[in-house]
Amino acid sequence: MPLFEQLYNFARWLTHDTAEAEDLVQETYAKALRGFSSFQTGTNFRAWMYRILRNAFLSSKTGLKVTVPLADEDSEQLAADGPTPESVLIAQVSRDAVQRALDHLPVHFREILLLCEVEEMSYQEMAETLAIPIGTVMSRLSRARKALRKVLEQKPEGKPE
Amino acid sequence: MSCENWRDKLDAYVDGELAPAEAASFSTHMRQCAACAAAALDRVQMKRSVALAGRRYEPGADLRTRITNLSAARQRRGFSDPWKVLLIPALALLLISLSVKWYVGREAAHRERLYSELADLHVTALASATPVDVLSSDRHTVKPWFEGKIPFSFNLPELQGTEFTLLGGKVTYLAQTPGAQLIYQLRKHEISVFIFPDQGEATAIAASSPHRALSFNEENWTQNGLRYFVVGDVSADDIHALSKLLRDAG
Repeated sequence: MPLFEQLYNFARWLTHDTAEAEDLVQETYAKALRGFSSFQTGTNFRAWMYRILRNAFLSSKTGLKVTVPLADEDSEQLAADGPTPESVLIAQVSRDAVQRALDHLPVHFREILLLCEVEEMSYQEMAETLAIPIGTVMSRLSRARKALRKVLEQKPEGKPE
Repeated sequence: MSCENWRDKLDAYVDGELAPAEAASFSTHMRQCAACAAAALDRVQMKRSVALAGRRYEPGADLRTRITNLSAARQRRGFSDPWKVLLIPALALLLISLSVKWYVGREAAHRERLYSELADLHVTALASATPVDVLSSDRHTVKPWFEGKIPFSFNLPELQGTEFTLLGGKVTYLAQTPGAQLIYQLRKHEISVFIFPDQGEATAIAASSPHRALSFNEENWTQNGLRYFVVGDVSADDIHALSKLLRDAG
């Protein structure tokens, strides 16, 4: 099955729950099989699958609870953020610490980081998956990275939350 | 372009989203600007950490069965409509071809990551205050220095009569495997030669065709159980000339 492991990983990150993640993946394949006629050849199959999963998540009970709209996203100037403090030595941060930090991020930030770094999606693919313009992909990604850095700075390793 | 302007493009650069010409001029800038090179390296490390941390959950076997049954059930129902008999194999074929394409793409991405890691090691060494740990142009000094520091030995070429100069060497790591990094100079350009045991990650990118990544030229080959990578911002011909000298010596 194409994308099975990846979709499940992504679903777990979104829901933080095994049973919910399994239901989401199952629903995604069911919808994909049913709606295959609506898939247009030439468009991105992977983005289409992730989009189905994500829409199913957003309309689920957990999804409705955890997603809050991001304020002022499109008006944000990428350059206006100033220099990023490079104070966290990322190379020395453990996998656990990064996972905990990702768990702490708002779901919109978590999902875009996963699509970009784990799934290695292009900006275009992320724009298709998240149904937002490429400019918004760039600003959201930049904000997500800053937010992750901030969480990592706040919670030095070995220190309980 | 000033550093400040480049900093705004850092994300797009490390995500591979800059146009080739712009990425090339950013690479050129980074070779002269240690601060931008360090910032880019930091972003790349962040990307890697998230990529590593993000692969966290694996589906159980029963979910796979459930979903396989789901598509099988549709298939059975589908046979009541004669035209769907044709649709199912077509769909299966499409899914298979998509999986294959995706897999090939992943392999390519994996290769790309290794090349960019080598390019990173090269840039990091040059940006460092001490690019080499053994500073010598004498191959008879450099080679013995590695003894006991890495689990293999190698031969270095005589450079007299060539345009290349040996600057020195250091121990380096690629995918947790220790290896040697030698730095050569050619007309003010530095070239890194990496030597690793031909196993694990180093072999995984077995494609030995010359390569171009992040405006660096690269050539690699296997010899006596070792894999050599030659990386630098000189022309592919120059990279090839140095590769040939090393091959003949090994």
